Amino acid sequence: MFVYADNAATTKTSKTAINAMLPMLEEFYGNPSSLHTPGQLAKEKLEQARETMAKYLNAFPSEIYFTSGGSEADNQAILTAAAAGERRGRKHIISTKFEHHAVLHTLDKLKERGFEITLLDVGENGIVKLEDIDAAIREDTALVTIMFANNEIGTIQPIAEIGKLCHRHGVCFHTDAVQAAGHIPIDVKAMNIDMLSLSAHKFHGPRGVGVFFARRGVRIENLINGGAQERGKRAGTENLPAIAGMAAAFAESCESMEKNAAKLIPMRDKLIRELSKIPFSIVNGDLENRLPGNVNMCFEGIEGESLLLLLDEAGIAASSGSACTSGSLDPSHVLLAIGLPHEIAHGSLRLSISEETTEEEIDYIIETVPKIVEYLRNMSPVWEDLENGTREHLVCKKGA
Amino acid sequence: MLYSEKVMDHFKNPRNVGKMEDADGVGEVGNAVCGDIMKMYIKVENDIITDVSFNTFGCGSAIATSSMATELIKGKPISEALTLSNKAVVEALDGLPANKLHCSVLAEEAVKAAVKDYYDRHGIAYDPELLCSGDCSCCHEHDAPAQ
Ligand SMILES: Cc1ncc(COP(=O)(O)O)c(C=O)c1O
Repeated sequence: MFVYADNAATTKTSKTAINAMLPMLEEFYGNPSSLHTPGQLAKEKLEQARETMAKYLNAFPSEIYFTSGGSEADNQAILTAAAAGERRGRKHIISTKFEHHAVLHTLDKLKERGFEITLLDVGENGIVKLEDIDAAIREDTALVTIMFANNEIGTIQPIAEIGKLCHRHGVCFHTDAVQAAGHIPIDVKAMNIDMLSLSAHKFHGPRGVGVFFARRGVRIENLINGGAQERGKRAGTENLPAIAGMAAAFAESCESMEKNAAKLIPMRDKLIRELSKIPFSIVNGDLENRLPGNVNMCFEGIEGESLLLLLDEAGIAASSGSACTSGSLDPSHVLLAIGLPHEIAHGSLRLSISEETTEEEIDYIIETVPKIVEYLRNMSPVWEDLENGTREHLVCKKGA
Repeated sequence: MLYSEKVMDHFKNPRNVGKMEDADGVGEVGNAVCGDIMKMYIKVENDIITDVSFNTFGCGSAIATSSMATELIKGKPISEALTLSNKAVVEALDGLPANKLHCSVLAEEAVKAAVKDYYDRHGIAYDPELLCSGDCSCCHEHDAPAQ
């Protein structure tokens, strides 16, 4: 059996997206900036895609800027707010410890420009506290940037409340909604979101395309200079096939959001319930405020990369926050941010399912993971020490 | 693929895996905080390593390098086992990715730590320079020697 359980990394491009893309390659190949008919036909398709994206975010089409993906949108949003802050002498930014690196590394760069960055704790449950944001906001705060849903542990942040809070303080609010878009409802107006990032390949669209949403009135900073595409804010001939694929995938995902969630949540909870029967295991992140397809667990005494490789052997494609999968020395900053000790964070497993996942696949995962965990524990000197009491358990037993 | 076929073979079918109850020497190196610990057991007769086994907590290459190291020293005189270099382990595995080279260093140190334990238990004098202390506070202090 083959099970793809790494949809948080990327998703399979849907038929709907592919069917929307092909005519853009074969028929609507004109350059949307050209005045001739093929150009204008392509321009029409481009604007239709913009309208679709706007519709499902409750934004105006003129607030949608197409980018090369989530990372570019995150960079542009943060640098936009930073430039505005600099003009007004505000050089303080608030974010969280468990943002995506597209955000964290951009913030690091801003430190070199004299910005002060406050990274808030997210607590054990992986949810930022409103009172912490409130307390962190200062006279010179230029931006609050907090992700909509976390890419590793799937926890959903109280975005509407954060938006309201920022609005009340007159502070610009950006959210990285890459993991949320197409999976849970987003309404930029109702949620007081000033800027937002999303990426097509997380909702069955193609890779390398995304949206930077910036509310009317935001003075956007260019990352890429050149032609006047995207109202002069993002140069480069538009990737129309990808953009059209994204819009089609987004429409489909948003239209089937409730149905998908109704299918996914019971499957997710079954995975969590059954895999929690493995002794000395923990579930990472809040169980309620969680993406419908996200499961993230740690198994004491084993290391994540070897778990992943053996799962792959068994036909299950998953992911881990283990240091060894990232090539860095420390395990995932997300797992460390929710307070896990290194020893535990090394043994993490992320399963991210999609609406295409079947009950049989879920059962196969439930059957396979415990066997591999047991096999690895049997050859683990750490597990041996835990068993004979020379090393103290950091996780409580529970289990079956 | 991240790993060579040899690495995958030793990872999936590790040789000489398991605890040895009546070992003459046991060495443990690494640190759970860093994500890898190797424990090596040796049985010694007339200065020959007649049997060897390991238990490892760690990534694919940590398990594969442990397995390969046991193969390389099994049946060999102790003096030869002590000349085992991390480079030899890497070569026998047809290479390792650069960020995984520390695993081979750990495997070399695990062998040395087991021999040291054997020497200590039997009151055999040795040149400490030859042996890792076994006190690798963190594997990452021994990072990536050039391959
Ligand atoms: C939360 C989050 N932000 C940003 C990104 C980057 O998106 P992209 O790969 O489209 O640049 C990702 C995905 O990798 C993500 O999960």
